[in-house]
Amino acid sequence: MNSQTPAQPRVGLFVTCLVDLMRPRVGFAAAKLLEDAGCSVEVPRQTCCGQPAFNAGDRATARDLARQVIEAFEPYDYVVVPSGSCAGMMKTHYVELFDDAEWQARAGRFSARTFELTSFLVDVLKVERIQAIYEGTVTYHDGCAGLRELGIKDQPRKLLSHVVGLTLAEMADTEACCGFGGAFSVKYPEISAAIADRKTANIAATGAPMVVAGDLGCLMHIAGRMQREGRQVQARHVAEMLAGMGHEPAIGEPDRS
Amino acid sequence: MAVRITSPAFKANARQALADAPLQTSMRNLEANFIGRRRAATERLPEFEALRDAARDIKDHTLAHLDLYLTAFEDKVVQAGGHVHWAATAEDARTIVLDICKRLGARTATKGKSMISEEIALNEHLEQNGVTPVETDLGEYIIQLRGEMPSHIIAPAVHLTREQVEADFRRVHTHLPKERNLDEAATMLAEARGILRERFLAADVGITGANFLIAETGTSVIVTNEGNGDLTQTLPKAHIVLASIEKVVPTLEDATTLLRVLARSATGQEQAVYTTFSTGPRRAADPDGPGEYHVVLLDNGRSRMLGTPFQPMLRCIRCGACFNHCPVYQRVGGHAYGWVYGGPMGAVLTPTLIGIHQAGHLPNASTFCGRCEEVCPMRIPLPKMMRHWRERQFEKSQMPLAERYALDAWAYFARRGWLYRPASRLGVALLRLLAFGRGRLRWLPFAGGWTSQRDLPAPAGTTFQAAWKQHVKARRRAAR
Ligand code: SF4
Repeated sequence: MNSQTPAQPRVGLFVTCLVDLMRPRVGFAAAKLLEDAGCSVEVPRQTCCGQPAFNAGDRATARDLARQVIEAFEPYDYVVVPSGSCAGMMKTHYVELFDDAEWQARAGRFSARTFELTSFLVDVLKVERIQAIYEGTVTYHDGCAGLRELGIKDQPRKLLSHVVGLTLAEMADTEACCGFGGAFSVKYPEISAAIADRKTANIAATGAPMVVAGDLGCLMHIAGRMQREGRQVQARHVAEMLAGMGHEPAIGEPDRS
Repeated sequence: MAVRITSPAFKANARQALADAPLQTSMRNLEANFIGRRRAATERLPEFEALRDAARDIKDHTLAHLDLYLTAFEDKVVQAGGHVHWAATAEDARTIVLDICKRLGARTATKGKSMISEEIALNEHLEQNGVTPVETDLGEYIIQLRGEMPSHIIAPAVHLTREQVEADFRRVHTHLPKERNLDEAATMLAEARGILRERFLAADVGITGANFLIAETGTSVIVTNEGNGDLTQTLPKAHIVLASIEKVVPTLEDATTLLRVLARSATGQEQAVYTTFSTGPRRAADPDGPGEYHVVLLDNGRSRMLGTPFQPMLRCIRCGACFNHCPVYQRVGGHAYGWVYGGPMGAVLTPTLIGIHQAGHLPNASTFCGRCEEVCPMRIPLPKMMRHWRERQFEKSQMPLAERYALDAWAYFARRGWLYRPASRLGVALLRLLAFGRGRLRWLPFAGGWTSQRDLPAPAGTTFQAAWKQHVKARRRAAR
């Protein structure tokens, strides 16, 4: 652990609206990883980071939601987000939203304390061990915002390498976009699917029966497309794999939790 | 003159492109060729990232003093015996070019590759006024045969397969033996060259674009791989350079810095095969060269971008890297964008040139994956500027109504946590019911945008926040 890190860092977990609604398991996985690494985890009330509004050109709503998030997470040492895309919004774009000095400063302080989950574990907490076993091969998809806005590339791979029994088979062009793009996926569905098809073909070509990524948005899109194409490849969030949940139902599989 | 604009039909264009098998083959080739070559070229040059910074700074500096450098350029051109024409609009530029052609009694004009020529729809204008334009860049020559627009700013015919080009050559070059072999790209190039040779000699006027204009010396610079530009500009009576105002750079040194990032970003070459510097008309002691040298400086809305959030777009050196790396461009090709400039740079520039009311789809049809900005040698924040366009559309209520309602309804709940939580719990419970115990939904009313292409995973049935509350309670109980 880093010398400036408090003995038991108090982490506010921002699970993202997609995890909240669609796949709570990712939130529990993230909480487990953080607690295992010595943090105390709390989940303040939350809705959405505001990225859909920001990318739709609705700055006023984005700003209001940013304010809401910043206020709710101000008491914590760190804000951790199991998504490169939402973390990118919160860490790099919130500061662009405000014109007044007070909120700019608050957004700046918020940004400095906000991290994507795998980056927080590796870069801040310097986690070297993960208690998880998974016998099998997976391939990893780099989500665009995490990769290009936050420089997340080695962190999830490093953590996955600690999972006992897990083999990583890299796909071709792993840095290429999967075609999700938030609202893009429903506004331009055919193009979105055509982009996905290259990704799913690259996934299939690795022979790995599972694709793992750090963003539930990309994962729902990739999994949904593979299921529509009839491919037998599972999709899971990287936090699930690291938390030893690799055998629980994959995305889109019947789930009685 | 009406320029063919189909940008409002972007969705239909894209659908057509996705179903076009030869196009899809060509686009896959583009991806396979350009991306790897650029990467190799940039990795071979350790100072590439520093060069990008320098390149950006050169253009930022120039744009901050654009009037100064343009007038300095003009002075030098005049000193060298050339002429500079200021064209505020596309129409002005067309008129200027046609007037020069008419004064010289020109019947044919050879042309090097120029996107400005496409932007002002010069060929149609010349044709209608009795001057035959002859494209001499192989790619431009091919699309001229087909009556198409370029689909890529540096590889105009990249949307075509070799077979399609062969068919066009056989259709048009009917004076050549039918049984000739055109299996190789090289033989096709040779055939085009043979035909163009006569045209070069017959041309009265040569028209080229410019990659850079150098204020220090009054020089225009073109970069080609075929050498066609040199013949275009040296053989005829007059050389006309078409350039937009942001092409100017202060010094020769600056131009060489930009050339170093240009070639690597564009084709992965260290340098293009031909880089030609032209200063003024032929001097008494010159062995060859044009009798007249004209530069048409086109504004066409660019000066309005200065001082706005769109100013960085004027740094663009038209390398095409953002096209090659764009997942949307890779799938739909350049013609889907519906006008001259496609890809990420077109998504930003086209709305300024033809209006956001026509080009509204372009800045929206992006996943914001950010790869364009990552590879742009000029570090242009393309996604950010696309978002600026979306903001303008939102402010002017130019967003499709259904989208606007959905966004407003979502925002209403997202701003009100006390309402959002029960509503979302209800929503996920409903969705889970609709899934009937299966893990996913194949169809969902009002969600066709999603379910037309992919299954939708069924939610777990309760929200994380609700489940976490239970979890915390249970933990407390256990601890007691
Ligand atoms: S925007 Fe950048 S990457 Fe795209 S053509 Fe211009 S300089 Fe090249």
